[in-house]
Amino acid sequence: MKFGIVVFPGSNCDHDCYHAAKHVMGQEAEYIWHKTTSLKGFDCIVFPGGFSYGDYLRTGAIAKFSPVLKEIKKFADNGGLVLGICNGFQILCETGLLPGVLMRNSGLKFICKDVGLRVENVNTPFTKLYEEGQLLDIPIAHADGNYFADAETLKSLSGNGQIILRYATKDGDVDASANPNGSVGNIAGITNKEKNVFGLMPHPERAMEASLGGTDGYAFFESIVKVVS
Amino acid sequence: MSIKVKIYVTLKEGVLDPQGRAVVGALGALDFKGVEDLRIGKFMELKVDTESKEAAEQEARRMCEELLANPVIEDFRVEVE
Amino acid sequence: MKITDDTIEEHGLTRQEYERIVDGLGGREPNITELGVFSVMWSEHCSYKSSRIHLKKLPSEGDCVIEGPGENAGVIDIGDGLAVAFKMESHNHPSFIEPFQGAATGVGGILRDVFTMGARPVALLNSLRFGAPENAKTAYLLEGAVAGIAGYGNCMGIPTVGGEVAFHESYNGNCLVNAMTVGVLKADKIFKGNASGIGNPVMYVGSRTGRDGIHGATMASDVFGEGGEERRPTVQVGDPFTEKLLLEACLEVFKTDHVVGVQDMGAAGLTSSSIEMASRAGTGIDIDVKDVPRREEGMTPYEILLSESQERMLFVLKIGSEAAVREIFKKWDLEAVVIGEVTGTGRVIIREGEEVVADMPVDTLTDAAPVYNRPIKRPDSQDELNRLDMDSISLPTDYNETLLSLLASLNIASKEWVYEQYDHMVRTDTLVMPGSDAAVVRIKGTTKALAMSVDCNSRYCYLDPFTGAAIAVAEAARNVSVSGAKPLAITDCLNFGNPERPEVMWQFEQAILGIREASLKLGVPVISGNVSLYNETSGTAIYPTPTIGAVGLIEDSLKVTTQYFKDAGDVIVLLGENLEELGGSEYLKVTRGLDKGMCPVLDLDKELALQEACREAILSGIIKSAHDISIGGLAVAIAKSALNPKGAVGAEVNVADSNTKEGIRNDALLFGETQSRVILTLKESDLEALSVIAKANGVPFKAIGHVGGDRLKINGLIDIPLGEVSLKWKSMIKNFVA
Repeated sequence: MKFGIVVFPGSNCDHDCYHAAKHVMGQEAEYIWHKTTSLKGFDCIVFPGGFSYGDYLRTGAIAKFSPVLKEIKKFADNGGLVLGICNGFQILCETGLLPGVLMRNSGLKFICKDVGLRVENVNTPFTKLYEEGQLLDIPIAHADGNYFADAETLKSLSGNGQIILRYATKDGDVDASANPNGSVGNIAGITNKEKNVFGLMPHPERAMEASLGGTDGYAFFESIVKVVS
Repeated sequence: MSIKVKIYVTLKEGVLDPQGRAVVGALGALDFKGVEDLRIGKFMELKVDTESKEAAEQEARRMCEELLANPVIEDFRVEVE
Repeated sequence: MKITDDTIEEHGLTRQEYERIVDGLGGREPNITELGVFSVMWSEHCSYKSSRIHLKKLPSEGDCVIEGPGENAGVIDIGDGLAVAFKMESHNHPSFIEPFQGAATGVGGILRDVFTMGARPVALLNSLRFGAPENAKTAYLLEGAVAGIAGYGNCMGIPTVGGEVAFHESYNGNCLVNAMTVGVLKADKIFKGNASGIGNPVMYVGSRTGRDGIHGATMASDVFGEGGEERRPTVQVGDPFTEKLLLEACLEVFKTDHVVGVQDMGAAGLTSSSIEMASRAGTGIDIDVKDVPRREEGMTPYEILLSESQERMLFVLKIGSEAAVREIFKKWDLEAVVIGEVTGTGRVIIREGEEVVADMPVDTLTDAAPVYNRPIKRPDSQDELNRLDMDSISLPTDYNETLLSLLASLNIASKEWVYEQYDHMVRTDTLVMPGSDAAVVRIKGTTKALAMSVDCNSRYCYLDPFTGAAIAVAEAARNVSVSGAKPLAITDCLNFGNPERPEVMWQFEQAILGIREASLKLGVPVISGNVSLYNETSGTAIYPTPTIGAVGLIEDSLKVTTQYFKDAGDVIVLLGENLEELGGSEYLKVTRGLDKGMCPVLDLDKELALQEACREAILSGIIKSAHDISIGGLAVAIAKSALNPKGAVGAEVNVADSNTKEGIRNDALLFGETQSRVILTLKESDLEALSVIAKANGVPFKAIGHVGGDRLKINGLIDIPLGEVSLKWKSMIKNFVA
């Protein structure tokens, strides 16, 4: 299968996602410059982390006007798989492909560390190979990961099984002590209603090789490969 | 004509503002008592070349709706000089 | 405008230096623009006029060295066609004025120095020093500088993988922010700051020029004013987003064969970059300031030449390649404008349209800059400083308490609060995260990894600048060695007080000689560096702080070792010898408030043998953890090894019958900072193999205990639950800034 990794001015995890797709998963991968207007041949589009347009104004706010976004919306509407990691998640929220918004961390500082996560829904193309309630250790690295949505949106997210990952303790408790950034309901990752667009703050591409400290992120990519092939 | 437009983007009521809260705490530590609430927003100053003040205001509102504010969490206010 | 004595003084030049300028111009007085250019080119920062004669003594040659000092960064060969460029630089004064922007632009500057060489930056490190914890500004400066480094490095997508943070009252009025960048490039594709080829176009790239950072001394409004113009802020503001675009665009341009030379516009901006490039090539350069992209209206040639606006580069291109290069920069939304050309005149000629506004010989500005052999004097107080009456220092009554108070010292306490703000994992190459002795970054597509460490104990340097500086080299190299890598070369960032004071120059000279000796003996040439003088406030200088950054190579990245204890039952081995040394220790400072005595001795033969034995053992595959003993001594080293971030594990140690000399005091044994010691852990069954390696290298060797349990037990003197140790060690900095 073929991953397409979108590159905006200021993207900086594009190389990492490429490495994960191409060298760790052994799949085809190609960078997609943000001015591109054709997405032919791609099976999954990845919005990598970084600081698109310097995160100026709001995270992801300027990236949403890039020409490639129009095509990606069409791609998603036709059921194509779209994965947004960190800044990619922020962009997906700004474009409206995912509901809600990511605000400044409640502690106001950038945080880079491993966090505990609980898998809430495995009936998606991105989490198929996990088990429900499985606990993961995956790094976060962001200053704006504080997920917010109004009560109504939260209700529908929850009702539709769109909440995929929550921050959790080692024992699997979803509580304030496990919440690194103030996200409502400890939400770390969500999908759209159709489950083909997935955004998450943690960086699975940083947790795919034992030498880097862990492999808990591997099965996200593996699930995608399995679903597509 | 060149018209100066001021735009204020603020967090919606009910949306937590950790930055504002931190500043309230700091003010308290400096002995400024009685600050009940403080919200931090953005202030933008634009110079717009349009034929009228009304046109400038309309233009600015559209900018806010499309880019300058995020309606999920932010309100905005436009002032034309 | 008439040049008066005041104008000369405001430009930081002496009368003699001014006369030298007039000579250099063939007897003609400079105009104000020329005076400005001379003042920055002849400043301490650009000309190294006080330090140059000493810097020559530093060894810069070695088998692996491709580029030594003099270029934007040094470059070493790491085999298989690959090379590594690295350098460290200070941004002390700007960080004290505005810690966020000061530290951020410090990172931006050192990144540009490395990527102008053609390298992709793969790691950032830093060395930060602030005043005493109780000083009112300390927490503010710490928070600001850390946020500034994070803000810049994180946005650039380059991991900040290591460094050091220290606190001492000598930095109350002058914090130190030293930043280091390490980059990887192809050994046959190195770019230099060289303006060769007469007629070649000179291209300006990146951010527009504003009035920021024009050197403070010349800011008086009467110099510039067309009617009482307000004073401009001199703080430079960093724009990491533009720098990220600049990085990607430059690396793309470097893949073409259009580039003749390139240099970033750092300190003294357009002036120093153009003049230094012409100087290296022995050419001249013609520039029209009218073509320079500007952010503000009404800028004078003086301001355009001296502006220190960030995120700008100067390229010299092959004739005819302008359009192709411009196209690449355009793709990255960057401005690229031809502003002049290379000439054969040996002069730098600045025009504003038709008018020549400055015309100066290149060599007068560079090679003929003043060089001072400043007076040197050993301080009278040095003998008293080195005196330490051990009998007056009573032994601790509670060793548990002493260990906990050392772990709680901000100099030893966990720096997690700091490095959690840095993205230390981006690029997915970080094999060893911050917190261990050296950071290790792999090179994708190879089996190689680079280990790096930044070190200096300035208290040692204060007590004995020669030995202290040598220890800084030894420790940086040792940290690299205990990860399994071979140290290849070092960079230095020499932070000192006012060189016009003979006592400061004595410290400087001694430190240079100390670095020289250690560098020669340990085989780590100094390939790049930076000098920062005048770090003092109201006559009080900082402690001499020659920060050393070491880079090493490990061919098989699977062999990389960390400092953390792994499995219960493993044997703990001490390599090296415990001496009775307490002078300059953190223990004396924390328990007695003393910066006194002789700093630990350094025997470089022993040090070399220790490091070689350590690497040999690690590469043989038997070593599970390796940790250098430094600040806080043996007890602190064992505690830090026990606090494995993946799960703490206790230890029981008895060193009483180890390599200890008879009669050594218990406090010296546990908290003394004797050099050339390392703690290793390994399986019991591998002990014999290790002893063979130690013997072959002539390194003292002794098994001193075992890993296991949930307590830290040392010599029957210390017995603390690990949880308590961890809590103390981890909470201090968080609580301090809260």
